Amino acid sequence: MKRVDHAEASSKFIAAKEHIEFHDMRLWDLRLKRDREANALPEWEQLRSLASAVKEHTLSHLADYLEQFESRATANGMRVHWARDGAEHNQIVFDLLSSHGARTLVKSKSMLTDECAMGPFLEQRGVEVIETDLGERIQQLDKEPPSHIVVPAVHKLRGDVAQVFSRTIGTDPKNSDVAYLAESQRRHTRPYYLSAGAGMTGANFAVAETGTFVVCTNEGNADLSANLPKLHIASIGIEKMIPRIEDLGVFVRMLSRSALGSPITQITSHFRGPREGAEMHVILVDNGRSERLGMADFWYSLKCIRCGACMNTCPVYRRSGGLSYGATYSGPIGVIIDPAFDLRKYSSLPFASTLNGSCTNVCPVKINIHEQIYKWRQIINERNMLPMAKKQAMRVAGKVLASPKIYRAALQAANAGIEYLPRFMLYNPLNAWGRQREVPKGRKSSFRDWYLKNRGKK
Amino acid sequence: MSSRDEILARVRGNQPSSRPLPAVPTFDRALPSLVDAFKGNLERMGGAFLEAAAGTDLDALIRKTFPKAKVVCSATPEVAGNRALQSVKAPAELEDVDVGVVRGRFGVAETGSVWLSQAEFKVNVLGFLSQHLVVLLDSREIVPNLHHAYRQRGFFETNYCVLMTGPSATADIEGVLIHGAQGIRSLTVIAVPRPGV
Repeated sequence: MKRVDHAEASSKFIAAKEHIEFHDMRLWDLRLKRDREANALPEWEQLRSLASAVKEHTLSHLADYLEQFESRATANGMRVHWARDGAEHNQIVFDLLSSHGARTLVKSKSMLTDECAMGPFLEQRGVEVIETDLGERIQQLDKEPPSHIVVPAVHKLRGDVAQVFSRTIGTDPKNSDVAYLAESQRRHTRPYYLSAGAGMTGANFAVAETGTFVVCTNEGNADLSANLPKLHIASIGIEKMIPRIEDLGVFVRMLSRSALGSPITQITSHFRGPREGAEMHVILVDNGRSERLGMADFWYSLKCIRCGACMNTCPVYRRSGGLSYGATYSGPIGVIIDPAFDLRKYSSLPFASTLNGSCTNVCPVKINIHEQIYKWRQIINERNMLPMAKKQAMRVAGKVLASPKIYRAALQAANAGIEYLPRFMLYNPLNAWGRQREVPKGRKSSFRDWYLKNRGKK
Repeated sequence: MSSRDEILARVRGNQPSSRPLPAVPTFDRALPSLVDAFKGNLERMGGAFLEAAAGTDLDALIRKTFPKAKVVCSATPEVAGNRALQSVKAPAELEDVDVGVVRGRFGVAETGSVWLSQAEFKVNVLGFLSQHLVVLLDSREIVPNLHHAYRQRGFFETNYCVLMTGPSATADIEGVLIHGAQGIRSLTVIAVPRPGV
C-alpha cells in the first residue's frame, strides 16, 4: 500500500481559501456548541468517568458480552452472523441480499461499511446501494469518501453541493439554496425507500442484556430504511457492546452533546427484534478489533463512540480536511486507529498533530488520544518508517535540545538567520515548517537573556 | 473453526484484565416543573407544544392545526382521522399520509423526547413516512431525564421503540438547519390526559 502523505494531500484543500476558512469556522462552532451543552450539565465530568469505566469493563469482558448479546438477540428472533474481516462481512451481506432477491439496498450512515469497502463490492455484483443520509449521499454521488464521521460533507460549500446534485439528480445548477437542495434529496430518495428490497443500518450501541442495538440519527433515514423493506441488516463492530439498558442513559446523554451540541439526536431508535413479517440480521464484525484489544497501549481506542468531538477541536484537522488523511477514520481518532490497520500506509498520520491534548479533553469516553499519538510516533521511529528529512531534522533537534550550550548558540544563529537568509533557504522542501506557513520573525533576545537581565541577580 | 469461535477465542485471549462495572446513578436534580422543562427542550429541538383539556375534540384541533391535510391517519382511538390503519398490509401504503397521530407512552423533560414503540405506532413507519406527526402525551407521564427513561419497562419488552425529539432534521450542508429532512417535517406534542387514568 502506498504511504499517505498527509501534508501533501492537504495542500490542495488548504489552497481553496474559502473552503478552508469555512471548514475551520464550522467545526469550531460545533466545538463551542458542545462546550455549552457540557457546561450546562453539572455531572458532565462524572458522566465521562462513568462512560469510560463502563466501556473499559465491557472490553475486559467482551467475549462474554458478545455471547450474551448473541443469545438474547437470537431469542428475540434476530439472526446473528460473525465476520472476521471486511471481505467476510461483505460476502454475508451479498448472500443475504441474493437469497432475498434484493437488487436495491437503502442504507443509513455506517463508518463500518465504509471501513469494509462494502459499497464498491456490492455495486460490482449488480446491487444498487443508496446512501440515504444527506451528507453521505452527497459524498456517494460525488464519488468521494466521507470527510468527517458525523458530518460527511462538511468540507463542501453549498455551491459544490449544487454542482454535484445538478450533475447527478437533476437539480437546477444555479440554485444553491440549502433548503432547496435538502428537499430535492428528500424527494429523490423517497421512492427508493418504498421499493428497496433491503434496508441497512449501523449501530451506535449494542446492549448485551436485551440483545438490543441502538441507532442515533437526525434525518429519519435510518428508521425509513429499517421499517419499510422486509429485510433489515445491521452491521455492528464488536466494540459497540455495552452491558445494560441503563448504561444507555450515560452514553445517549453524551453522544449528541459531544457531536453536534444538541441534547440528543432527533431520533434514537432501539431495535430488539424483527417486526411482524420481516427479517432482521445482525453482522458482528471484528476486522482487526480483537487484535487491537491485545495491544497494551492502544486498546483504549476501542472505547470510541464515534462522536467526532476530537476532530472538531483539532487545529490540524480543521485546517487540513478529513480527506487528506486518506483513511476511513480521520482526525485525532483516525490518527490512532488507522496505523493499527496498516502501519506503513498510515505512518505519516501520527505526525498530523501538535500534541496539544485538546482531543483528549473533549473525548466523552476519556480516550488518552494525544498520548497514543505520541506512542505511535515512537513505534514508527523504532521501525524506521520516518521519512528521511524528518528523521534528519529530529536527529539534529535531539542533539541541539539535549545541550543548553548548543541550543543557545543555535537560537542566536536561527534568529539572525530568519532575518538575513534569502527566502529559498527557509521555504524549501527540506523545511516542513516553511510549508504553508510563514516562519515567525526572529527575536533580538531570548527568554534566557531577558531573565538574566531582569531576574538573574538577586 | 467457525468465524464466530475464532473471533471469540481471540477476544478472550486478548481481553485486558477485568475492570469493575460501575453503578449508574439517576443524577436527580430539583426541577421546578417537568412540563415546562419538557416544553422548552422540545421547542429547542424544533417541536411544537399544545395543551388540551380532557374531552377536547382532538380531530377538530388537528384539522385546525393542519388545514391543508388531506389524509389523517391515527394509531390511537382518541382520534378518528380519515385513514384506517387496520387494513394496511404493506407499510409503504402510508406514503400519502399528511398527518400521523399516535399517543406517546412517556416524555423526557431533559431532552423534550417522547417514547414511542411498535405498540403505539401499530405500523412503525407512521412515525417517519407521514409528513407531520402529532403525539398525544399525558403531562403526568414525563420523567426528569434519560437515566429515568432508561429504567422504563418498555425497553425490555418491545422489539422496536424510539425516543423522538422534534421533527427529522439535517444540517449536513454548511450547518444550515433544515427541519423535515427525510422523515416528518413537523412534530406537535399535544398535552392531553390519557383517557381513563
